[in-house]
Amino acid sequence: MTFEDWYRKDRLPHIFCAGCGNGTIINCTLAAVDKMDWKREETVFVSGIGCSSRASGYIMTDSLHTTHGRALAFATGVKMANKNLHVVVFTGDGDLAAIGGNHFIHACRRNINLTVVCMNNQIYGMTGGQGSPTTPLKCLSTTTPYGCAEQPFDLCDLAIAAGANYVSRWTSYHVKELEKAVLAGLQTTGLSFIEAMTQCPTAFGRRNKFKQVIDHVEYLKAHSLLRAKRDRLVSEGKEVPPDMFVVGELMRRNRPAMGVAP
Amino acid sequence: MTRTEFWQGNTACAEGALAAGCTFFGGYPITPSTEIAEHMALKLPKKGGVFIQMEDEIASIAAIIGASWTGARSMTATSGPGFSLMMENIGYAAMTETPCVIVNVQRGGPSTGQPTMGAQGDMMQCRFGSHGDYSVIALCPSSVQEMYELTAKSFNLADRYRVPVFLMADEIIGHMREKIVIPDSVEKIPRKELEQGVLPFKAGEDLVPGFATFGKGHSVHVTGLTHDERGYPCATNVKLHHNLVKRIVDKVETAKHELSDFTVINPDAEEVFIAYGAPVRAVQQVLHDNPGKNIGFLQIRTVWPFPDFALKQFKNARRFLVPELNFGQIAREIERHVKVPVVSIPKLGGDLHFPQELTATLLEGS
Repeated sequence: MTFEDWYRKDRLPHIFCAGCGNGTIINCTLAAVDKMDWKREETVFVSGIGCSSRASGYIMTDSLHTTHGRALAFATGVKMANKNLHVVVFTGDGDLAAIGGNHFIHACRRNINLTVVCMNNQIYGMTGGQGSPTTPLKCLSTTTPYGCAEQPFDLCDLAIAAGANYVSRWTSYHVKELEKAVLAGLQTTGLSFIEAMTQCPTAFGRRNKFKQVIDHVEYLKAHSLLRAKRDRLVSEGKEVPPDMFVVGELMRRNRPAMGVAP
Repeated sequence: MTRTEFWQGNTACAEGALAAGCTFFGGYPITPSTEIAEHMALKLPKKGGVFIQMEDEIASIAAIIGASWTGARSMTATSGPGFSLMMENIGYAAMTETPCVIVNVQRGGPSTGQPTMGAQGDMMQCRFGSHGDYSVIALCPSSVQEMYELTAKSFNLADRYRVPVFLMADEIIGHMREKIVIPDSVEKIPRKELEQGVLPFKAGEDLVPGFATFGKGHSVHVTGLTHDERGYPCATNVKLHHNLVKRIVDKVETAKHELSDFTVINPDAEEVFIAYGAPVRAVQQVLHDNPGKNIGFLQIRTVWPFPDFALKQFKNARRFLVPELNFGQIAREIERHVKVPVVSIPKLGGDLHFPQELTATLLEGS
């Protein structure tokens, strides 16, 4: 099998806009799933509401497209009721960190044995481009027309602080690294959180001076700071540039987990 | 061999669920329902089931819906404030036709209201609380015995009709202790599994599709969006949406004759009490205290779908008297179905109606 064999082909074409990064992230996730030797009937994709959460409907397994922000609570029920099912959750920055913030930190605290892939496009895409909890300072959206005045969340820091066993961040540019990170997440017992920074040309890029899709992807690449480099800067007492985000494996540990098959 | 116990209503509820094969409980502490969660926390792990205390009531009902898709008989228990939080995913359960049991041990509202006092203020919320059109089944126990029996029955109804089923108890019944006879076993009607080759949301004549349990190879897509018979989102198709919503309403409403549970006493009476839940006990006392009077009584155990046809059994009825622990929520429903006066006898604050209050209402009218 290849990653393509996991798609629910009679639902294609998908609803994502031209230039959207979600397809890249779904491909990376499915490529990693394909390496796990999981049976289709033992694999469940769960998602909430938003562009990212439409992903579950394009995959030929049992899949639960739930309510806004609640994917992790539904996934907790699925996993705890049948620990032999492999559960992967697709979510986005608004779904996970705003309306679903409480479920996110508690799923990490429980360290429930599933993998969360968050497509962070820093905007509410489905509703037409409103500011989200990860919209960077000064960025424009329909609800931050004078520039975002709120500090954004660092979702990986949040997952680490709340107790997740595995945490990584990459971007839609780093496809090989992202696939490896998802694979490492799938292989780790406990909650694995993989944040994939991605471009949204329709709702974010065009309001924030990214004329071409590739401009935004280039921005994500240029503003990625490898974890090793960040650690070096910190150890040397140098400032970490505030507009950069750390990429790489940010946490791997072995805290006790819930929902582990006997 | 049956056995006799002296139990609190909430204990009977939890034991009824266990007897019915409930294997998953997701909940959040709230007065006056907490004893149900505590009892499940104690008993479920020993039976190989799962108890999980979620971060709030939104997550609790989400978890039981998720568990239900793996085939588990799942349940949560709450009271007013938590019930309000559950409304979003109650609609999701209705739209995705997910069997689950939601216990509401009602307390005085609105808002935080009276945490330790009984009420029946959520009867309309349980029918109409989530957005959009849908239909549900709601049962009201009036004794510790009925707490046990109706909870067990709720699971069969949820699986049979693929709907969220509500056990609409109240603090009085939940915390009351009385004698209960435990049967050897309770009837368990299994959920109908989807047949191979049939679309997962295609219903037959009973309007209820077979259930595509996760992990059985159905590769079902479940969504709260308007969906076709494959389960695929189809949110702008006018006719399809109409037909889907009509089916999820009709599958319950057209089944009311087969699922309704009520008791008729003195059907030839002119004065007829109608009650459900705790007020049933006050009416029973009135009947007991007035053996010479021909007083009619309809005890309703399935308040939703409302058994309107049961009212027709009282052919001589001049008045229907409806004591409720709310301002006439079900009295208003009864008014829709009868031509004679319906007298609402509301009681709020936490006290049950005194029998003499109900007797006084009788005398006023005669």
